[in-house]
Amino acid sequence: MATTNISTQHTLYINARLIDPATGRDEMGGILCDGKVISDIGPHLNNGKPRANSKIINCKGHCLVPGLVDMRAHLGEPGEEHKETLETAGRSAVAGGVTTIVCLPNTEPAIDDMSVVEFVARRARKLGLSKVYPYGAVSKKLEGKEIAELGMLSEAGAVAFTDGFKTVSDIQLMLRALSYAKTFDLLIVQHPEERGLSKNGVMNSGETATRLGLGGIPRYAEIIMVERDIRLVEMSGGKIHFAHLSTSDAIDCVRKAKARGLTITCDTAPPYFALNELAVGDYRTFAKLSPPLRKEEDRQAVIEGLKDGTIDAIASDHTPQDEESKRLPFSEAAAGGVGLETLLPITLELYHNGHMSLIEALNLITHRPAKLLGLKAGKLEIGRRADITILDPERGWKVEDKTLKSKSKNSPFDGRPVQGRTMQTIIDGRLVFQAEG
Amino acid sequence: MIIDEQTPPRFHRRHLLGTEGLTPEEISILLDRSETHVQQNRQANKKKSVLNGRTIINLFFEDSTRTRTSFELAGKRLGGDVINMAVSTSSVKKGETLIDTAMTLNAMHPDVLVVRHPQSGAVSLLSEKVNCAVINGGDGAHEHPTQALLDALTIRRRLGHLSGLVIAICGDVLHSRVARSNIHLLNTMGARVRLIAPVTLIPSGIEHLGVEVFHNMNEGLKDVDIVMMLRLQRERMQGNFFPSIREYFNFFGLDEAKLANAKDNALIMHPGPMNRGVEIDSDLADDFGRSVIREQVEMGVAVRMACLEILTENLDQSVASNL
Repeated sequence: MATTNISTQHTLYINARLIDPATGRDEMGGILCDGKVISDIGPHLNNGKPRANSKIINCKGHCLVPGLVDMRAHLGEPGEEHKETLETAGRSAVAGGVTTIVCLPNTEPAIDDMSVVEFVARRARKLGLSKVYPYGAVSKKLEGKEIAELGMLSEAGAVAFTDGFKTVSDIQLMLRALSYAKTFDLLIVQHPEERGLSKNGVMNSGETATRLGLGGIPRYAEIIMVERDIRLVEMSGGKIHFAHLSTSDAIDCVRKAKARGLTITCDTAPPYFALNELAVGDYRTFAKLSPPLRKEEDRQAVIEGLKDGTIDAIASDHTPQDEESKRLPFSEAAAGGVGLETLLPITLELYHNGHMSLIEALNLITHRPAKLLGLKAGKLEIGRRADITILDPERGWKVEDKTLKSKSKNSPFDGRPVQGRTMQTIIDGRLVFQAEG
Repeated sequence: MIIDEQTPPRFHRRHLLGTEGLTPEEISILLDRSETHVQQNRQANKKKSVLNGRTIINLFFEDSTRTRTSFELAGKRLGGDVINMAVSTSSVKKGETLIDTAMTLNAMHPDVLVVRHPQSGAVSLLSEKVNCAVINGGDGAHEHPTQALLDALTIRRRLGHLSGLVIAICGDVLHSRVARSNIHLLNTMGARVRLIAPVTLIPSGIEHLGVEVFHNMNEGLKDVDIVMMLRLQRERMQGNFFPSIREYFNFFGLDEAKLANAKDNALIMHPGPMNRGVEIDSDLADDFGRSVIREQVEMGVAVRMACLEILTENLDQSVASNL
């Protein structure tokens, strides 16, 4: 991709509704990009005279926001290139307005070694699509036995540590990881699920699972692990972040732990506030997720958690699975759904349904996750890299396999009419995605 | 809407995947048709020709002797060509998927596939990929509709009706597709269903399916018309659901003392194969006055004949409507 000559190029975006959740800015105006960085921002740019060599782009009143930050996605490369590659994930991300992705270490080989961190970062940089920051593994080979080289992985660029969609189950290992991570002030991210309770289950435990004759995963599998780890944080003084919380009680545990001043944060993913277990319907494997879709009361509680700030961020939980992994009897099918392209519109449902303002909804997928992981992203600020998304929050479209750019099409929102479309995505001042029509 | 009262109700479905969602009329149609085959099956000449030229494939992904034989006899007595395929030992081991197997068989133009599979929902998944009629011969812990129909036929012939009866289903409800199919069918027909089992063998939320749950067998059997025992599916049990067979039989095995709580003429049923001395006392199982276990097997053939017959009639209808 030719980028060398335009480093001195000025691009002026005008007639935009500037929304910057980090500063609370929400006003009509413009933004000036000087090569790769933002050099000016504000209402004055709408009327001011552009410099002679400036390219002017009229945003037609659409929202100009910081590029979205997705703090949890599985990208498939290396190891599962038949499901997704860094390139197809990157195309999917920019189509979804996501300019920064934090990827899980559940690759083959796992991201438990500096060389793999560097491999992923280098491959992503070369593609020039969304920026990719890897999580490092908590345990070597994700086996849950020995602590990985957290310090060196961190120096190589790992932004935080998790065993991804595997729970760090061993209590001694988790305690050590939290304590050791404290040495370098690193964050541990946990998929909270007590395996002893969940191992024979494939969907949420309860009436629907019983009717379908499927093994249930009780809500308590999540609650118990959250409660345990909160105690370990108390013991160790470490920092933990819980991924994709799905139950009212787990959210309540975090709420109380935060009130006690513990360094605990958490996120959720769009399926947990936009769907409930009824989406499984007649054995729909696209609705097989981990954690499983829960009851309506839990879905409502997730929305409450997002509204009162207990839940800090929304992540896509992007998990590509090919047809071979999903076209199976429900119990045998792989869990997970693609999410990079639905992160924006499903998050905006919170705004369209009147649960929060537009800027509050956008905060959950820009500034909040970036701040949580210490990333220089998710903010419109002079001197920063120009990673920008221009979006129309009202534009309707339908989630369908032919519209999705991801290599895998397993969206739990398949067939859903949604509102909110990325019009343009700009990374380092470069246009990398433009909506058709 | 004008309802033509002259038209007899029909069973319109292409497949029989479960009893959930069947209407009382549909169930009655299947049971009434089954009746017609009971007498025929007791004659010296049991053969009819209604399925002449039809191909029925028994596709069993799970070991079964009784159900497979019952379907095989049913198909043959109606004059159809029946092929048995035990898949657990062939292609699946070579990595062929369920869908591949379905597509392969579909290309051979069968008229009916009878499918049994260890995973819940697998039969419905397969039915979406084929052009023929599909009968669920049991999928995981989900449904086993012909078992519930043969149970209903057995009860109806003995007691004359289903509506208003109190029926206790006892034992391993957690792993049982027979229990689920019976709950749906019996509720639809106006019977009252009780479940009796230790807490560990009752699946969560099952009370929402319209049943009353008991953990004490003496209380649960009080004044019931039917005692339906389930087989303990020890092969599906992962982990400790109860401490020992001895303890299980002591509290949840059917014996004379516990049965005394039921109505005097209460019937004893079991879908087989029985674990004698585990869930049922051996003498009770053989008590012809009360145990209808052998009759259930007999009704099984008649019910499966009716299902094969009605679903193939529907195939003709759908061909006709496509022209």
